[in-house]
Amino acid sequence: MTSNENGHPRTLFEKVWENHLVKPQTPDTPAVLYIDLHLVHEVTSPQAFTQLREQNLKVRRPDRTMATMDHSTPTTPKNSLGIIPVTDSMAAAQLDVMRKNCADFGIPLYDLGTENQGIVHVIGPEQGLTQPGMTIVCGDSHTSTHGAFGALAFGIGTSEVAHVLATQCLLQSRPKTMAVRVDGRLNQAVTAKDIILAIIAQIGVGGGTGYVFEYMGEAIRALSMEGRMTICNMSIEGGARAGMVAPDETTFQYVAGKPYAPKGAEWDRAVAGWRKLPTDDGATFDHEIVLDADKLTPMITYGTNPGMGMPINSYVPDPDKLSDVSQKVALDKALTYMGLQPGQKLVGQPVDVVFVGSCTNSRITDLREAARFIEGRKVASNVRMMVVPGSQQVKRQAEAEGLDKVFKEAGAEWREAGCSMCIAMNGDQLQPGQYAVSTSNRNFEGRQGKGGRTFLASPLTAVASAINGVVTDPREMTN
Amino acid sequence: MEPVRKFSGRLAPLPINDIDTDQIIPARYLKVTDKNGLGQACFSDWRYNADGSPKADFILNKPEYQGTSVLIGGHNFGCGSSREHAPWALMGAGFKAVISTYFADIFRNNSLKNGLLPVVVDEETHRQLISLAEEDPTTEVVVDLESQTVTLPDGRAVNFPVDAFSRYCLLNGVDQLGFLMGLDEQIEKYEAGNPARVQTVFS
Repeated sequence: MTSNENGHPRTLFEKVWENHLVKPQTPDTPAVLYIDLHLVHEVTSPQAFTQLREQNLKVRRPDRTMATMDHSTPTTPKNSLGIIPVTDSMAAAQLDVMRKNCADFGIPLYDLGTENQGIVHVIGPEQGLTQPGMTIVCGDSHTSTHGAFGALAFGIGTSEVAHVLATQCLLQSRPKTMAVRVDGRLNQAVTAKDIILAIIAQIGVGGGTGYVFEYMGEAIRALSMEGRMTICNMSIEGGARAGMVAPDETTFQYVAGKPYAPKGAEWDRAVAGWRKLPTDDGATFDHEIVLDADKLTPMITYGTNPGMGMPINSYVPDPDKLSDVSQKVALDKALTYMGLQPGQKLVGQPVDVVFVGSCTNSRITDLREAARFIEGRKVASNVRMMVVPGSQQVKRQAEAEGLDKVFKEAGAEWREAGCSMCIAMNGDQLQPGQYAVSTSNRNFEGRQGKGGRTFLASPLTAVASAINGVVTDPREMTN
Repeated sequence: MEPVRKFSGRLAPLPINDIDTDQIIPARYLKVTDKNGLGQACFSDWRYNADGSPKADFILNKPEYQGTSVLIGGHNFGCGSSREHAPWALMGAGFKAVISTYFADIFRNNSLKNGLLPVVVDEETHRQLISLAEEDPTTEVVVDLESQTVTLPDGRAVNFPVDAFSRYCLLNGVDQLGFLMGLDEQIEKYEAGNPARVQTVFS
């Protein structure tokens, strides 16, 4: 599996791609790629199941398919019957359709309120469904998260959801590869989130279009699996459908013992195979960028896409200083929407809401860091702080460690698992004009509620801002 | 699916860079379980005031741009969420093609599956088309998938790329799923040689 028959050194991406070719690309047809794991959620799948019914098709491999509910689900507490009430009739109807589709087609469903339900990109890894070397797809652009394990994982549309349900295959043109090397070591209070925000600020939201990223270098190796997931998660915000990290001991330790992980002799065989996945010496990429982790500071976004980010102590850029007319127009529009002035600092900007959650930053390590930072302190009186665990399992683990009490004592809300305010289609949302520091992945206009204004940042920056009631550099508060 | 071949249409200029799919169709409209009826919500937050009345200065609300069928966006059109509701909404709003200098990968794939043509042109043509559309709302272009050209009012035909397979499927009105279904034997062979690492359903 290292190099191919010709001894040609290969990248991690090339190995996973070539291992899954049912039919290679020709001048007339794209490659046919076999999909090992298909994750399904309630929002992007109903029309795909309708197509299957219309054409009288079955799901080819329900055993390689898993469904959950996360996007349109409320995160309000369970009622006295132990049920999370869904008061939005359209959302309730959509969840019922998901239940019926899973029952009719034999797909396992992690239903709302059940013990392992959660955000699709949190539960795949925690169940051990996500493993190195796999191909993983989902009707969700943040499927790139799973690339942290050395899987090729990317988001697809609903037509492609139908393709995978019916055939377990996808038609794909081969993407280009970009090495994203992060050398050096992170300073105190600088996190994986700051790395990826810095990368996107450098390349822009379209910079990775057509590419699969491979993140490498000392700073990436030093990260936990959760940190690597945070980085791979936001690959799509740089335009890349997928981002990958070569598997190593950190990866194997994370996967070991998970419910769906291989056991016993199978585990040893699996690890031996996974060790052959990393990019060979001498393999080449179509493009390469390099960052120095030592020079990174906490990052924050000031605009209306994730590429509009800067070091937290910087000043909001001035559209008049841009030479490209279309960029000037875009920045003007963004600053008007955000209600910000060119040249102002964001530090000190009043904040209405702080959101800790989403498939980017809702895992147990994120919550531990946030809790450690807020323990013994209080959320400022002008701030609503929401902490939304990524899954029921994360929630249980956090509660076992007493993190829920830390958040509640500080004045934050502790909620049920789901996408929550990252997507604002489930009741959790900003009011028009409100400012949020959010650990999620998108600051698009209206993303967190119509008229809402989002500053994307790390959990540490979010917590520091919640305590002070204004955007705050977490290095000022490190304990 | 209806075949897509050649059509002429008027242009709606929306020269904003990085138009994300959250703008094309905000998430709160994604609680539907079919593809229909999303046209009204297309660009909802840019198109309507808080009380639901149309914003007079938004391009798609201007009387002279009613009935346009080719949208020109800024660079990097369709970034962000993978929601296929974005092409469904654009088609529901009457668009048959979108012109940009480049498209986000997932949006482009989704559009081609539905017969919404993502037309990539060079920056100069892009600028020229935006100027023409802004100056004269009656400006028409001809989009021809067979020859992969968009023809400007001055008669200049500009080529645009489309992968051969998508082009074949669109010209013939063929759903791509049919091609995959025809590969059953090869898929079985692959599966026989590559046992599953993960089985979510235990028998």
